[in-house]
Amino acid sequence: MAAAAALEAVAPTGALWGLVQDFVMGQQEGPADQVAADVKSGSYTVLQVVEALGSSLENPEPRTRARGIQLLSQVLLQCHSLLLEKEVVHLILFYENRLKDHHLVIPSVLQGLRALSLCVALPPGLAVSVLKAIFQEVHVQSLPQVDRHTVYSIITNFMRTREEGPFVEELFEVTSCYFPIDFTPPPNDPHGIQREDLILSLRAVLAYTPRFAEFLLPLLIEKVDSEILSAKLDSLQTLNACCAVYGQKELKDFLPSLWASIRREVFQTASERVEAEGLAALNSLTACLSRSVLRADAEDLLDSFLSNILQDCRHHLCEPDMKLVWPSAKLLQAAAGASARACDHITSNVLPLLLEQFHKHSQSNQRRTILEMILGFLKLQQKWSYEDKDERPLSGFKDQLCSLVFMALTDPSTQLQLVSIRTLTVLGAQPDLLSSGDLELAVGHLYRLSFLEEDSQSCRVAALEASGTLATLYPVAFSSHLVPKLAGELCIEESDLARGDGPTKCSRHRRCLQALSAISTHASIVKETLPLLLQHLRQMNKGNTVAGISEVIAVCQSLQQVAEKCQQDPESCWYFHQTAIPCLLALAVQASMPEKEHSVLKKVLLQDEVLAAMVSVIGTATTHLSPDLAAQSVAHIVPLFLDGNITFLPENSFPGRFQPFQDGSSGQRRLVALLMAFVCSLPRNVEIPQLNQLMRELLELSCCHSCPFSSTAAAKCFAGLLNKHPAGQQLDEFLQLAVDKVEAGLSSGPYRSQAFTLLLWVTKALVLRYHPLSSCLTDRLMGLLSDPELGPAAADGFSLLMSDCTDVLTRAGHAEVRIMFRQRFFTDNVPALVRGFHAAPQDVKPNYLKGLSHVLNRLPKPVLLPELPTLLSLLLEALSCPDSVVQLSTLSCLQPLLLEAPQVMSLHIDTLVTKFLNLSSSPSMAVRIAALQCMHAVTHLPTPVLLPYKLQVIRALAKPLDDKKRLVRKEAVSARGEWFLLGSPGS
Amino acid sequence: MVGSGGMGGGLLENANPLIYERSGERPVTAGEEDEQIPDSIDAREIFDLIRSINDPEHPLTLEELNVVEQVRVQVSDPESTVAVAFTPTIPHCSMATLIGLSIKVKLLRSLPQRFKLDVHITPGTHASEHAVNKQLADKERVAAALENTHLLEVVNQCLSARS
Repeated sequence: MAAAAALEAVAPTGALWGLVQDFVMGQQEGPADQVAADVKSGSYTVLQVVEALGSSLENPEPRTRARGIQLLSQVLLQCHSLLLEKEVVHLILFYENRLKDHHLVIPSVLQGLRALSLCVALPPGLAVSVLKAIFQEVHVQSLPQVDRHTVYSIITNFMRTREEGPFVEELFEVTSCYFPIDFTPPPNDPHGIQREDLILSLRAVLAYTPRFAEFLLPLLIEKVDSEILSAKLDSLQTLNACCAVYGQKELKDFLPSLWASIRREVFQTASERVEAEGLAALNSLTACLSRSVLRADAEDLLDSFLSNILQDCRHHLCEPDMKLVWPSAKLLQAAAGASARACDHITSNVLPLLLEQFHKHSQSNQRRTILEMILGFLKLQQKWSYEDKDERPLSGFKDQLCSLVFMALTDPSTQLQLVSIRTLTVLGAQPDLLSSGDLELAVGHLYRLSFLEEDSQSCRVAALEASGTLATLYPVAFSSHLVPKLAGELCIEESDLARGDGPTKCSRHRRCLQALSAISTHASIVKETLPLLLQHLRQMNKGNTVAGISEVIAVCQSLQQVAEKCQQDPESCWYFHQTAIPCLLALAVQASMPEKEHSVLKKVLLQDEVLAAMVSVIGTATTHLSPDLAAQSVAHIVPLFLDGNITFLPENSFPGRFQPFQDGSSGQRRLVALLMAFVCSLPRNVEIPQLNQLMRELLELSCCHSCPFSSTAAAKCFAGLLNKHPAGQQLDEFLQLAVDKVEAGLSSGPYRSQAFTLLLWVTKALVLRYHPLSSCLTDRLMGLLSDPELGPAAADGFSLLMSDCTDVLTRAGHAEVRIMFRQRFFTDNVPALVRGFHAAPQDVKPNYLKGLSHVLNRLPKPVLLPELPTLLSLLLEALSCPDSVVQLSTLSCLQPLLLEAPQVMSLHIDTLVTKFLNLSSSPSMAVRIAALQCMHAVTHLPTPVLLPYKLQVIRALAKPLDDKKRLVRKEAVSARGEWFLLGSPGS
Repeated sequence: MVGSGGMGGGLLENANPLIYERSGERPVTAGEEDEQIPDSIDAREIFDLIRSINDPEHPLTLEELNVVEQVRVQVSDPESTVAVAFTPTIPHCSMATLIGLSIKVKLLRSLPQRFKLDVHITPGTHASEHAVNKQLADKERVAAALENTHLLEVVNQCLSARS
């Protein structure tokens, strides 16, 4: 051997020789690492190791030879980076030669080759030589798994840097034999390999190179045609993956078969997954054909492929029974979705056909199916942008499409109308397709649909949504054709309303408001709709109409929706804010002026519900302001309330002063709610002028002789500001003031209830931001549970602490709300609540249960579940509590527990069944429903536990079957049905 | 869904039935949520009870196979009567009795006792219409059928919620 000859010059050292002997003859494993370490440290060269091995490599006993080669291979695996090119050449020759050796030797030989395949210094051509030798000398497929793995590692190592060259078929053979993967992980598999991992890894290999195509594609076709669902899916997915690297050349010969298989699967399959994968594969195939670069003389396969698809599918679109229309349309759309060219080709062939079919069929539901298909093709157009207007394939069909859609929009069938509204939206989204005449017609239809009657609710909603979408694209069309009509409608309505016309006028009015807000999706439209809405509100204020509360609220709701649509555009947002808010404030201030003759509306404007609606407009118009603009606004609004500075209000000649915090009228004090809406929605970094004074005034108002609405608004406003105030001395001062105020109010006197409300809101503000003082205040609140006067209110207060507010202390309004506050509140306070319950006298126990119920109710069920078993005895006791809030909350806690912890719950089966059945005849419908849902959930307990109760329960559940409420009967039916199945055959 | 072998594993009588769309959940009205207003038992409510019954041999519901339809349900809450006509998928369907029995059992378990039930085949849709109707109307035969463990097992499977 050349290698051995080259080594003879070097004398083996004694130590090395000893180690080799220990490994080969002594069967010790340690020396291999020692030798490798010595080679790495430079004590010996690899050549010296080979020299030392000398005779063992030529020993007649195959086990000894194997052991010798094993040592060399292990050393090489650790030291391959040290090898010189010349050494690599010699070693490879040696190892290739050894492949011919006894089968016992082969594993070690393969290990050595694996080490060499990692060498950077591998001369060109040797990789091919190694693979040739392996495939020639060894039958890889029948090697044990470990050794096959070694071979694959060698291949992989070579592939990293080199071409697979002449071994395509062999490589394909040794990998594709695993396809499709059929593997179920053994139980307790330490490797944790899932079937899906193997599928993906093998797919990565098979779809790695286009060179496998000629072998792989027939295999895939065969497997798609098989009966096994998983094989079909895997094959289609692999085909899909292949299309990413294949070109026309690879696919050419197989296209007809591939198409036939995919078509068959989509037409005939009962599995939605196979259908979806088939369509995805067709899409990829078409994309691949669309992408390929052709030589000048080559045939474009895309055209012939698409023509094939069209030929096989188009006649199904025209069959009168419409049986295969959907699969055909899906196939065509999958292909059309692949590229602009494919889309063009298919659409230009299919659209005329579908347009013709639409007119051939006269039934609404058939027309709907056809229009839905048309819609599918139109939507695909949106994927591609066409530079040149004349190239757009839809231009030629525009007139036909428009007249078809307009016809369908007037069809009596709601379903057809809905599809045509969607189609109109898609047509509108095509750039430059619709003419101004088309748009005018479209707007006319949308106007008509926006005023549809109650039974066509879905159409009306869809029309409003479509108006909003199209208005962003065509603001001029909507400004000129729709806004004037709606404005006219509002005016006409008023005179009609004055004559006291019926509710239909009133509902037309409301639809008009909804339409105005729906189309406010473009800045230029907002500039027309907002003044209209505000003008309308002012008009109502003139006193010549009888405006109901609901009328005014409807206008506010429209304003709020417009504000929402303006939030994302800073310019519109500011426009809305500076236009709407002074106007609303002016109207409210005007209404709050002491005056002998109040117009009806003035009283209306100060109602709780109307103020709440205005609060929501102001909040929505404020949260998205930039800090600069918000600061401008706050500089006007705070002085308005503190100093009565009305200069920034339009129409500001009022008969008296505006002094909500001084001795103003009770009406003026109510407007603090509007101040709250504004200041509590400001970004946190906006500085509030005169904050110290404002906070003190709010505290005063919160605990003074006033209506509950004003004092609650003041308390909420105070709490909202407190929550956002940065920690520090000023915050501590505010808190001290609040605590003093609360304690003074609670001690005795006429303001106990107000002081309690203040305590509640301040506690909430602090709980949300994890302020250290919150636990102290929560304890105070818990103490009030046994207060004879405030106890029930304190119990309900826990609901407020745990729920999300809509006006103040919201995340949208930039409040500091820690995400886990509920969990934390639960952990911190539930033990004390439970202790309090056990210690409390009988008459106030329900307060504790109710407080606890509110906390449990608001907690996410997954968080609650682990804690519930400890609360179980309390919950069982709570089932006997007469308060329906407690009953409901307890039932909703027990229901998931029955599903998740059946063993624990089984111990209490007797109590549970008895109580649930009792509650199933509660006077409260919600409790009856919850009790029956629990009776249903009980069936998840082990059957032997339940069987003794079966007859009794079935008999008892006959009664709620005749409940007067349908929703209760429904639950009774499903619970009783499950109880019948218990222990019965077939269940 | 795929390779459905039927319940018994044998050949299906009607292997490729037409499949109809399922109606959605009944929308809850404001009246239904009002504690005070009584809701009478109506045809839709009866239909909702039976539409999700599984067909004995297809992995489909009676509604999807159009075996039951809301228009073929007659109900009078004040008179406590319910009549349901069902339409076998093919005129020689040997499952007709079993389907009728499932509908009957479902209604017995789900309706207040005061109701008088009539479950029968839609006239003219089955070869042995009269024989099947007679069996379904005979209380004792229905009771006896449910004593039969095998029959009860199949009926229970039809009435179990589809997972």
